[in-house]
Amino acid sequence: MALDASVREAVLAAVPSLRAFAISLCGNVDRADDLVQETLLRALANINSFQPGTNMSAWLFTILRNHFRSEYRKRRREVEDGDGSYAETLKSHPEQYGRVEFEEFRAALAKLPPDQREALVLVGASGFSYEEAATICECAVGTIKSRVNRARTRLSELMSVENVDDFGPDRTTRAILARTERA
Amino acid sequence: MKDAKPTGPRSQMETGTNPGKADAKLGRDIQAKIGQQLRALYDEVVNQGVPDRFADLLNRLDKPDDKESR
Repeated sequence: MALDASVREAVLAAVPSLRAFAISLCGNVDRADDLVQETLLRALANINSFQPGTNMSAWLFTILRNHFRSEYRKRRREVEDGDGSYAETLKSHPEQYGRVEFEEFRAALAKLPPDQREALVLVGASGFSYEEAATICECAVGTIKSRVNRARTRLSELMSVENVDDFGPDRTTRAILARTERA
Repeated sequence: MKDAKPTGPRSQMETGTNPGKADAKLGRDIQAKIGQQLRALYDEVVNQGVPDRFADLLNRLDKPDDKESR
């Protein structure tokens, strides 16, 4: 298989963001990297169905998401639980996803329903438009908007309950200050 | 990055004594913080760049003279 140089370039350029999205889906870096690898293999095997000029990144995200949903959900059902496995994964690999400053936020994020978390990540972090996110998730634009809104509302509920007094110097700054003082 | 559309004055979650205004302000602060932390968490991974295994994978797959192709 010979790849067009621009295609190759576009695929490689999408990898960092694909990984970040994959981690947000499955909560574990090793599984996420396997997911990215399987996505790339599928994408390259079907590269002819990619329409030049369209968004390579959105195309790869769609493949990754579909693969995650079919494969990993099946596997998870086989293994055991429905709810809570994401949170458990995060708990058992705290060092793998984000530094300690993000702990609270990560915990809140883990409590969101998967559909909401995914919509929030696509729009709020990956930088996709609502329309692109809707294409990736194969749903209506309005559905994405409402998932994102519900995710934000739920997160703010979780975070305001957990740290109403936490404004002012934020935790990140304080953590850095504490580290500096110790050094 | 799209503007984070605030969810509006929907801070019914505050049951404290502060009426409307303070709640709305708190709501906005929290929304800003959520957006910022979400991106920080995401960018932490993005900033790791392309791990070798993926660059290697593409190199392996990208063989102009592969006998099996065609």
